[in-house]
Amino acid sequence: MSAANQLYQDVILDHNRKPRNFGKLAAASHQAEGLNPLCGDHIWVYLRLKDAQVDAIGFDGQSCAICKASASMMTHAVKGKSVTAAEELAQEFRDMALGRLDPESAEHHLGRLKVFAGVRDLPTRVKCAILPWHTLHAALNAVAQASTEGEDDPVPGSGVEQPGHA
Amino acid sequence: MNSRSAAPREPRADDLGLDVERIREDFPILRTRVNGKPLVFLDNAASSQMPQAVIARYVRYRTSEHANIHRGVHHLSEVATREYEAVRAKVRAWINAGEEREIIYTSGTTDSINLVAHGYGRKFIGAGDEIILTVLEHHSNIVPWQMVAEEKGAHIRVVPCNDAGELDIETYRSLFTERTRLVGVTHVSNALGTVNPIADMVAIAHAHGAPVLVDGAQAAPHLPVDVQALDCDFYAFSSHKLCGPTGAGILYGKARHLEAMQPFKGGGDMIRSVSFEKTTYAPIPHKFEAGTPPIAEVIGLGAALDYLSAIGIGSIGAHEDELLRYATDRVGAMAGVRLIGTARQKAAVLSFELDGIHPHDVGTLLNEEGVAVRTGHHCAQPVMQRFGVPATVRASFAFYNTLPEIDALVAAIRKVQKVFAG
Ligand SMILES: Cc1ncc(COP(=O)(O)O)c(C=O)c1O
Repeated sequence: MSAANQLYQDVILDHNRKPRNFGKLAAASHQAEGLNPLCGDHIWVYLRLKDAQVDAIGFDGQSCAICKASASMMTHAVKGKSVTAAEELAQEFRDMALGRLDPESAEHHLGRLKVFAGVRDLPTRVKCAILPWHTLHAALNAVAQASTEGEDDPVPGSGVEQPGHA
Repeated sequence: MNSRSAAPREPRADDLGLDVERIREDFPILRTRVNGKPLVFLDNAASSQMPQAVIARYVRYRTSEHANIHRGVHHLSEVATREYEAVRAKVRAWINAGEEREIIYTSGTTDSINLVAHGYGRKFIGAGDEIILTVLEHHSNIVPWQMVAEEKGAHIRVVPCNDAGELDIETYRSLFTERTRLVGVTHVSNALGTVNPIADMVAIAHAHGAPVLVDGAQAAPHLPVDVQALDCDFYAFSSHKLCGPTGAGILYGKARHLEAMQPFKGGGDMIRSVSFEKTTYAPIPHKFEAGTPPIAEVIGLGAALDYLSAIGIGSIGAHEDELLRYATDRVGAMAGVRLIGTARQKAAVLSFELDGIHPHDVGTLLNEEGVAVRTGHHCAQPVMQRFGVPATVRASFAFYNTLPEIDALVAAIRKVQKVFAG
């Protein structure tokens, strides 16, 4: 089976239809908005931080299945983790999606997130998978209730921003 | 045609005398295989493919004719200049312009529209003036006008469309005031395929003294265009959507407008004489053609127009209409599919969405089947907003596409639905 079909079979079916932690979080202490202009993906990540730990996390918005599944698995993975561990995971996920970290050989904390390794073979969709993680990063570093829009490239680390065309 | 019961057809020459199988032989790229499957190229509205004749012409220029134009008295410069200038006559004929000097070479539709925005808009549009655009415009016919409006303190009025994607002409009529300075309208919508009633819209604008810029990027490849019959003031299009190379495009403008306009870019080739005291500009069209142009690309465009002319725009349009009709019937009949853009007059574009499946996921999985479509907002976000979708899947046709390719599209869509059904 091709990389794309495999990826969809493995994660989309489950997480796209039944996303975990989907919805606005009551009493969020931090939140950020993420936008992928190419795809039209538009999500929000909400956090409640307590003692430098992710006490609660949620997301909502409109997005493609890869983005939604990535966000869903992300919320599951970082809940209960320290802010530092969450940031580390975000970096690892980004590196894996960009093909800079091979989860089969390098050390990592990705666990089941490994299923997204195949996205590196779909260069036009890498950003869809990374967007939730970048939005998480923005939320972790945001002032409570602030949006990061306009301050930052929504998806850094992936080279030159690719505009939509035609 | 009752497509609901139609079985996939055998590849064949169609009923209209276009021998598509033979035509396909002219396009080497159509032999590409993607993911082990034959390429089904349905992204022609973004950029169409080049026939061997165009590639060969391009290579011949590169191999034996290249030099800078308008500059040398040597052999190669003379050849290059002659071949390059000869394309103006072909373009003039393609859109039935009155004179060759009304044909300006640009780098593409975007460049052409920016030329008008700068050369005409910034000179003749002032504070409190109004520009009329339509909701169907590509960003390249929106953003340059927003830049002019912002700089000058002018206002933009937008013509809405109905649920089928047809412009509301009564509202259009009512938008004119004595401050209306220009109308910008696309001939064919790149996102929906709607063919707009340009001649009528031009007549209305002219009754109010406003000139009309037509974005012909999606029309020039599919419809016979007659700028004199349309009576439009400007007409812009791109080579790469016409089976020509990227990097070249055309702006047609009525000579009296072009003469009244200020140049867009300053530099070599666009002047008559230069001193630090006073520079006088070259006459049109060269006044707008500063610097070394895309010579090979323009010559390639000429070869593309020769190729298309030999087939005939009538036959091309008729075949594409049949493809569109067949695709509309077959895709439209599928459960879980919503067609977006159902205007009575359409050209070569089928936009749709699948229930509960994001267009980008559709695009990725169609690619697994070798089917190339465009997914996204198609640089027409106001259209997406009008129809309440973030993006659509767009299949767009060229004369080298076949009915069996549409069957392949339908089968691939079914597969996507199956993946998502679990
Ligand atoms: C309707 C329309 N206008 C303008 C453009 C811009 O053309 P180009 O990118 O060749 O400048 C396109 C396609 O990209 C288009 O479809």
